[in-house]
Amino acid sequence: MLRATFTLRGIEMAVLLKVEGLKKYFEIRKSIFSKPIYVKAVNDVSFEIERGSIFAVVGESGSGKSTLGRTVIKLIEPTSGRIIYDGRDITHLDKKDFLDYRRRMQIVQQDPYNSLHPRKLVKDIIGEGLKIHFRMRADEIYIRIKEMLELVGMREEHMFRYPHEFSGGQRQRIAIARALVLRPEFLVLDEPTSALDVSVQARVLTLLKELREKFNLTYMFITHNLAVVDHMATHVAVMYLGKIMEMGSKEDIFERASHPYTRALLDSIPSFGTGRRIRSIPKGEIPNPANPPSGCVYHTRCIRAVEICKSVEPDLVEVSPGHFCRCHFCG
Amino acid sequence: MLNVEKLRVVFYTYRGVIKALNGVKLWLNEEERLAVVGETGCGKSVTALAIMRLIEPPGEIVEGKVEFLGQDLLKLPEEEMERIRGKSVSMIFQEPISALNPVFKVGFQIAEAIAHSQNIPIKDAYQFVPEALTMVGLDWKRTMNLYAHELSGGMAQRVMIAMALAVKPKLLIADEPTSALDVTIQAQILELLDNLVRAGRNAVIFITHDLAVASEFCDRVAVMYAGNVVEVASSEEVFAQPLHPYTMGLIDSIPLVGQRKELKGIPGVVPDLVDPPSGCRFHPRCQKAFDKCKVELPDLIEVSKDHFVACHLYAAGDRDGSAAQS
Amino acid sequence: MDSTQVEKSTISRWKPVIEDWKHTFYLWRRTKLAMVGTFIVAGFLLMALLAPLLAPYDPIKVDLVNRLKPPSKQFLFGTDQFGRDILSRVLYGARVEVWIIFLVTVISGTIGTAIGIVAGYFGGWIDEILMRITDIFLAFPRLILAMALSAVLGRGLTNAIIAISLVEWTVIARLARAEAMRVKSQPFIEAAKAVGASDLRILVLHVLPMCVSPVLVQLTMRMGTIILTAAGLGFLGLGAQPPTPEWGAIVSDGRSYLINHWWISTFPGLFIAVVVLGFNLLGDGIRDILDPRLRR
Repeated sequence: MLRATFTLRGIEMAVLLKVEGLKKYFEIRKSIFSKPIYVKAVNDVSFEIERGSIFAVVGESGSGKSTLGRTVIKLIEPTSGRIIYDGRDITHLDKKDFLDYRRRMQIVQQDPYNSLHPRKLVKDIIGEGLKIHFRMRADEIYIRIKEMLELVGMREEHMFRYPHEFSGGQRQRIAIARALVLRPEFLVLDEPTSALDVSVQARVLTLLKELREKFNLTYMFITHNLAVVDHMATHVAVMYLGKIMEMGSKEDIFERASHPYTRALLDSIPSFGTGRRIRSIPKGEIPNPANPPSGCVYHTRCIRAVEICKSVEPDLVEVSPGHFCRCHFCG
Repeated sequence: MLNVEKLRVVFYTYRGVIKALNGVKLWLNEEERLAVVGETGCGKSVTALAIMRLIEPPGEIVEGKVEFLGQDLLKLPEEEMERIRGKSVSMIFQEPISALNPVFKVGFQIAEAIAHSQNIPIKDAYQFVPEALTMVGLDWKRTMNLYAHELSGGMAQRVMIAMALAVKPKLLIADEPTSALDVTIQAQILELLDNLVRAGRNAVIFITHDLAVASEFCDRVAVMYAGNVVEVASSEEVFAQPLHPYTMGLIDSIPLVGQRKELKGIPGVVPDLVDPPSGCRFHPRCQKAFDKCKVELPDLIEVSKDHFVACHLYAAGDRDGSAAQS
Repeated sequence: MDSTQVEKSTISRWKPVIEDWKHTFYLWRRTKLAMVGTFIVAGFLLMALLAPLLAPYDPIKVDLVNRLKPPSKQFLFGTDQFGRDILSRVLYGARVEVWIIFLVTVISGTIGTAIGIVAGYFGGWIDEILMRITDIFLAFPRLILAMALSAVLGRGLTNAIIAISLVEWTVIARLARAEAMRVKSQPFIEAAKAVGASDLRILVLHVLPMCVSPVLVQLTMRMGTIILTAAGLGFLGLGAQPPTPEWGAIVSDGRSYLINHWWISTFPGLFIAVVVLGFNLLGDGIRDILDPRLRR
């Protein structure tokens, strides 16, 4: 079946986004005189995202998943590593060359109450991107905004209102409309439903699935909720303290989880009416990312940790095609 | 042990009067665990505060009865209520680090709680602090001297639990105790709470928006919507046989690992409680609503053994919902 | 359990209205002073506006026949050593004050906001440099700095206005910087970057609108101080030059005649005090009214 869409290069790449050795370190200094401490938010992360897939990035506090999402689309500048989008290394592009890529990679943020400018009308919030990237007449812009609002389940007249007049779920829809009005290919969704009630979340997730079908989008879906991951994702990467612990297709993760941390996450999900089960709950607190443990970063909480885990960091090993695990005892 | 009836609470604001609780009915036996579940604005936290009589202006409890161990808490003078709080009834909150006093060390705060409950001076209460901290899995020597901001979320919640359970309350009210915590920490805290409550034989009211946590931790679940309790049943029943249309919608919206269903969600938005819908507050969003629903607020009635619903679709003893439709 | 009939509200429908009025009354009582402030400022502006109509005499023309006359029906505030009617001079002086306030507000507001939001938004060394410059201006007592600047620039009303503006902008800059810093970490700024907005665009279209209202409030609250500084400069002879009737200058005129001809200094002095008080009360009131109401 011939693909109807072509990129400027004439060939559509199957791998839309490839990340190699990506690092983002934040510097913290107590004063100008003391030595800087580095928070290694994203610490040598590599993966590939296929076009049309939903790549979930799962983790708890300090995992670096939000930083990863922003670094990958260069809202945060990486400290080192490479980002290859649609075959092109975009890591060090200058502003002018990057502008079109900026349009093709968008983000939907977590907090619906602060992600829309409180003093702007919805139409200006959604229309801003159009004014920056395209030369469109006012009426063309109006039509695009109207179409987009209707696509996300809202109405034309909503564009003349202010964000505070809407509920959380509606605001997220507006944020989605803002991102999609530019016809991007790749969308980073940073916990897009975590701040919403469950019944609202359900509708937003369904909407996101529909839009992906309709516009042939690729998602990076960042979340801490594994149930949502099971519902939405095609591929999953599990992060802990800036490193990928396990990565693979959704089935690999849910049916054949190899890493103790992945198993711990799966065991931690409460489920219905089954009373109190025996589970392998990890011990201890999540370490401070400014001071991560030596060797395998998970060893302080791992129920299977032994001597080697404290000193030697395991590599990411392919335990089956496409399924990677970073543990001395994978498989 | 606890019987709440016809509880009505309002808040006076510039936009109007928020009718937050619209005749809440709840009951709890000794050593029982009841979950109060609902989404934003349903009134679950307000209910807890009302039971503890912690509603301050602009809020007001305008009607109702809160019978606890034979006394109506709403009619007690404040001094007696103070003796009950922190002794027979204690509470833990959602943001544990903010719920602790930032200027006092942890050890002091626990000692203070114990001192209040046993009516002894604080310095005498200090001897109980190591035990309390060890009970929740913390290193007491180190933790006693820390301040709230030096604790992680999980540690702070353990401290709160220590404070709440060291006084050996008959009833523990937990208001979203794990919602602000990471998933693995949440699992730890729930396991800890489970063990402690079982050993201490406390009754628990567990408030949460997470129906899965509720049904795993508690024996019974009460579902709230817009100021009313709409369904009460055992944890298994609520999930396996939800009767109220809202409960059904809620369960259909929850993603579960291993399930291959479409998440439906509930159309519409939560009503504005300044001008709530007449009759059953859920009727504008309910697929099965009919005329009576717009006019009359349904009572919470027992539709089958230990399963209560507030919906005109059901009459007492009839769980098909067929008899009530006109 | 009885079943309730038609849902009847047991709360009197008047209660919420009464509660709301109670709070408004409470705010009114606290801001009664603000009402006083408003009247004073309104009166002041009217004076300035209607000076030509209200002033019985020419404020500049010398009339040595009537010099040093005490307050009377003919000269309500008396005359000065040149025979000029103090009342007329005070009325026209109001115009001068209004002009000064207006220009200083516009100049310091513009410069201060621009520097403040650039420093706050970009942070880093830009912020450091701009803030050190601001600190240099802030380190000097206002009047001393204004004097020094006037000495450098030369005497005259325009230079006095420039001098005061160069002192006032720092206050606005600090405020605008704080607002910009608060705004820049908000998700909607990141969202603007994501759709491709340039820094300049974000500064002007996203950050600036959020800073406008706190800056306006602050500017209003500073107006009293501006008058005092201007009067101070005028008193020292550094502001408006004779024969322009600036209030501080008029007070200065009467310095040597204070004992026997108290009216020359006293009336303009009184007006300065009252108008500054009026602005301060108004500023306080605005701040009070804006804050708690917004919390609803």
